[in-house]
Amino acid sequence: MSALRHLPIIVILIPLTAAYIMPLVGYKWKRLCNSFAVIALLLSFLGSIALARLVLINGPIHYYMAGFRPPWGIELVADYLGAYMCAVISFITLLVALYSREYITKEVPEPRRPQYYTLFLLLTGSMMGASVTGDLFNLFVFFEILSISSYALMSISGEGKALLAGYKYLLIGAIASSFVLLGIGHLYISAGTLNMADMFVRLPPLYSSWTVLAALALLIVGFSIKTALFPLHVWLPDAYTNAPCSVPVLSTLVIKVGAVAIIRLLFNIFRPSFVIETIPMTAALSYMAAIAIIVASLFAISQRDIKRMLAYSSVCHVAYVILGIGIGTELGLTGGMLHIINHAITKGCLFLCTGAIIYKTGVRNIREFGGLGRKMPATMGAFTLAALSMVGIPPTNGFISKFYIALAAMTAGRPVLAIVILLSSLLNAIYFIRVINITYFGIPEEEIEIDEAPLTMLYPMLILAACCLIFGFGAEILLTILKPAAQALLGV
Amino acid sequence: MIPAEFEFLLRHYNYWTSVILVVIGLYTMIVKKNLIKKFMGLNIVDTATFLFYISMGDVEWGVAPIVVHGEHAAEHAVYINPLPSVLILTAIVVALSTTALALTLAIKIYEKYGTLNSERILELM
Repeated sequence: MSALRHLPIIVILIPLTAAYIMPLVGYKWKRLCNSFAVIALLLSFLGSIALARLVLINGPIHYYMAGFRPPWGIELVADYLGAYMCAVISFITLLVALYSREYITKEVPEPRRPQYYTLFLLLTGSMMGASVTGDLFNLFVFFEILSISSYALMSISGEGKALLAGYKYLLIGAIASSFVLLGIGHLYISAGTLNMADMFVRLPPLYSSWTVLAALALLIVGFSIKTALFPLHVWLPDAYTNAPCSVPVLSTLVIKVGAVAIIRLLFNIFRPSFVIETIPMTAALSYMAAIAIIVASLFAISQRDIKRMLAYSSVCHVAYVILGIGIGTELGLTGGMLHIINHAITKGCLFLCTGAIIYKTGVRNIREFGGLGRKMPATMGAFTLAALSMVGIPPTNGFISKFYIALAAMTAGRPVLAIVILLSSLLNAIYFIRVINITYFGIPEEEIEIDEAPLTMLYPMLILAACCLIFGFGAEILLTILKPAAQALLGV
Repeated sequence: MIPAEFEFLLRHYNYWTSVILVVIGLYTMIVKKNLIKKFMGLNIVDTATFLFYISMGDVEWGVAPIVVHGEHAAEHAVYINPLPSVLILTAIVVALSTTALALTLAIKIYEKYGTLNSERILELM
């Protein structure tokens, strides 16, 4: 039992420690890099599952780093949301690491492969850290590790366009970091503490102060850039288009961690009553997200490059998460958090399938996809299933979370938001059905001899595709942890 | 006799400096075409943030918070708040690593395109 108490830190430290050993492994035994990363992530995944189980049985775990109690020490809080995020992150990254084995032999030059895995593990560890930390400054530090490793991963291929996209992402992301840092400073100056639970207690008398309001504004803008919420999403399409296909899958998680930071800010640092009623921050976010959903869907329709289309679709779907949070009811929060895993699974599957197609054929333009359905049946099968889930066709998991968010919008008395979700599902259908149509019924311009993707690439895709159905039929598994998470956040 | 509003400005001149520096930095990032200069703008924003943090930890006539024993103990009763300085040490490390990565990318971009002017690079793409 006493060893289990240390689970929150163990789960984070496994990938982080592995990241520091990775250059050594890469220096000595280049071939073992992938196995090492997979083993580290597998251990971390098992730890996360154990953590989630423990949290479900015993309630949130408070872990004090080095035994210093807050407000002096850094506190890790593995609450329902944190444990859930850890499980999601380690699950998806494990599959991506497995997938990377064959995939990066074509996308990443040989000498950079150990660096790829180092950054990969750093990113994983810091994402989990950012999800479970209970200290605001610690959140910033984890966010910076996360951001810097993802800037580098985005430009890992070393091509001109990828470098430029990485540089653009870095400039925009660094502005976001400065805003977050300034916001934290404002909160510290007012509350005199950096611990989130402490701030939650100390802030209410200061709610009328301009300093606190400025802090809220700075932090929301900073995290919105990291989350790629619509007008601040400009870094995302370029970065996704030029990175190897395994990186956007990780980045799908990165933007979700941004959404988790927004949840923490709104409900764990400020009080729900303040951000919902006193200043309608959640309402502002939900309408922003509604605009984002429509505009990003329209952008996605006009793309010819499949990766760019999926990138805009990511902008659209992260806005769903924000929309769910913005509705601000228990149902809305549950739906938003449910969409975190559902979108990670479906978009992960789509990007991995796209990676397999590019790996085999080198084709990225959707119009040249003709005949792929017959040549790569398993890959395109997984792609189709995930695409249907994106559109939100029952019984896939995409339907469940969209249904939850729409239902929340109706019960909260904002039918406009439900209409937006319905409309966006139709727009989603337009661009995904187009791809499915071409792959199965399109006529190839020239006959090329290709076969199915290698097994290490195929299994992760098929597992994710299966998850689309499993979590569609068995959404109850997730709701057991998400219901208490939403209740804890809203304090009911 | 100085008017009250003006005195308010004067008394908090370090905060105003940091605000002005943030604005200068953001302006540089928007206006300059050179990728390195854009990043220098970002460094100015970072520095302004550091100044902001250090200002808020400062206490007038305060000294570094090191406990002094003996006869001089009473003289050093006022200490500055050490926490913001510690936080900013971390933030400096973060800014440094971002700078290192940005310069690495800039070198690679220069190798590929032979220029760092963002508009000329767009023409070359």
